[in-house]
Amino acid sequence: MGKTLFDKVWDAHVVDTIENGPQILYIDKHLIHEVTSPQAFNELKERNIPVFRPKQIVATADHNTPTGNQHLPIKDELSRKQLEQLSANCEKNNITLYELGHKYNGIVHVMAPELGITQPGMTIVCGDSHTSTHGAFGTIAFGIGTSQVAQVFASQCLLLTKPKSLRVTVNGKLKNGVLSKDVILYIISKIGTNAGTGYFCEYAGDVFENMSMEGRMTVCNMSIEMGARGGMIAPDDTTFEYVKGRKFAPQGESFDKKVAYWKTLPTDADAVFDKEYYFDAEDIEPMLTYGTNPGMGIKISEFIPETSDASFEKALEYMNFKKGETLIGKPINFVFIGSCTNSRIEDFRIAADYIKGKHKADNVTAWLVPGSKQVEAQIIEEGLKTIFDAAGFELRQPGCSACLAMNDDKIPQGEYCVSTSNRNFEGRQGQGARTILASPLMAAATAVEGRIIDITRQLN
Amino acid sequence: MEKFKTLTATAIPLDIENVDTDQIIPARFLKATNRDGFGENVFRDWRFQNDGSINTNFVLNQSQYEGPILVAGDNFGCGSSREHAAWALTDYGFKVIVSSFFADIFKGNALNNGLLPIQVSPGFLKELMTTIKTDPKTTITVDLEAQTIGIDGSNHSEPFDIDAYKKTCMINGYDDIDYLLSKKATIEAFEKTLQTY
Repeated sequence: MGKTLFDKVWDAHVVDTIENGPQILYIDKHLIHEVTSPQAFNELKERNIPVFRPKQIVATADHNTPTGNQHLPIKDELSRKQLEQLSANCEKNNITLYELGHKYNGIVHVMAPELGITQPGMTIVCGDSHTSTHGAFGTIAFGIGTSQVAQVFASQCLLLTKPKSLRVTVNGKLKNGVLSKDVILYIISKIGTNAGTGYFCEYAGDVFENMSMEGRMTVCNMSIEMGARGGMIAPDDTTFEYVKGRKFAPQGESFDKKVAYWKTLPTDADAVFDKEYYFDAEDIEPMLTYGTNPGMGIKISEFIPETSDASFEKALEYMNFKKGETLIGKPINFVFIGSCTNSRIEDFRIAADYIKGKHKADNVTAWLVPGSKQVEAQIIEEGLKTIFDAAGFELRQPGCSACLAMNDDKIPQGEYCVSTSNRNFEGRQGQGARTILASPLMAAATAVEGRIIDITRQLN
Repeated sequence: MEKFKTLTATAIPLDIENVDTDQIIPARFLKATNRDGFGENVFRDWRFQNDGSINTNFVLNQSQYEGPILVAGDNFGCGSSREHAAWALTDYGFKVIVSSFFADIFKGNALNNGLLPIQVSPGFLKELMTTIKTDPKTTITVDLEAQTIGIDGSNHSEPFDIDAYKKTCMINGYDDIDYLLSKKATIEAFEKTLQTY
């Protein structure tokens, strides 16, 4: 029987197998940030254990960093202490850190791919559930808890039971105005938030084959929102082109050798998956969420379902929506384009392309938060900032920002925010805030109109 | 890590599905650099109203319910990988979480902190919820060695699954680091054979 992409990468990293127990999996790259690493460093210190392979660790500050005036000292004392501790821990343990203000600083899942740290066939972990993003390169990448961060510090390995395999195939041509974000929101709305639990997912079919790397990262990023620890897409010429020439990518002959290996990774034709789903690209429309988990999504033309269930009703009560109603026409005062899901250059190009020559509605506060310093620089270089400024959008500095509202970028109590982020949980964007997940195009259109519109009518 | 063998205690029924780690511990409380004190803010935005007053409708604020066992709805612990969720629950005093389904990362984090996640059938979960709500003094017995969970005073119990390795760790209070460090020579030998990155 043939092997899947996941099998090939996993099997190449198994150090040992415990009888009737987990396997020891070797980790190529370990990404860390300020929020989930301090307790792991403390644990090692308390137990007098050295960091085993510091050169395979890369650190960035992103979760609680301010997105304005980054050159000034951080006002919030706890945030400042957390960043100081990250710097001290990295310095003490010889770990590369792209701290606040560094030209490579950014959201961990934006900065690592753009620097070529992420490469096909690797195993990558980070104390953040959206580590699944890196699977876009044909990489086994997944989020871990802080105890596991400490385990990787100590041994560059993890004890894991091999997950089951799942494949989601989407074939066909995407309709006008349907972006990669809509594809993944559609999949989650169809299969639910726990369909992937216990599985690693592969996305297959021409929809993903035709996607840019940015689009693939958006899709893989949200694998965790259907419960899957990770999602992968087979590496192909699009992947190799993206990786080629990046700062930490292999160069010259060594790159060619790697490509030859990477080409062996795609799933064999006779490989069998534990679970498979098939969808038709033409059934997908621009998507919106109406509830408090990412599975509660509908197409723009659909109405909120009339489900009778206590958890469902609790979610609608929180959102102040009614069963059977449409979201079209709902007034919206906040729009956020950013997060590790949608803060790459392509996302801002899409937004700018729509916004050009228009102006945001008076009632809207529109935050644009690039995923990294490099994305920020590119926005300026390509002239997108001029478009955003003229349209009244606020381009802020890089970071996780209003996706999880650890810093000051919070959506006020009771307000709706059309957001390109990944989670619409209660209070995720601020206490009492109501999140509607959408694509960067839908977010840009909402900001311009001040309410939700059916973008497909405008485009067609 | 604390050892865990058996537990007989009352339980708290949290009859909500898809409880995500943002609810267990909201992101604004993740700025601490140690593991202590997160229990104070567990389920913060459900325990308190927006004006800071106590939400008496929430089970943790209802005095008839108490105990180190949390019985929760399907798909508990979804969302963020924050281990702070497991720390918050243990710091508050929970030792066992029962649900019909757990999210992967949360489950691993719980096990790494001596907090036992027990997956039961949807039917048994429903029975547990109803029994506790009817008589909050009902005790539940968890036997990790035998891998069973039962409602005391009835003959209703269920076996549960746990990875054999993790079971040994829980019973003896071991963690993965000890094991991985004992394998260092094997890991170093493996590194020499690996495609280098």
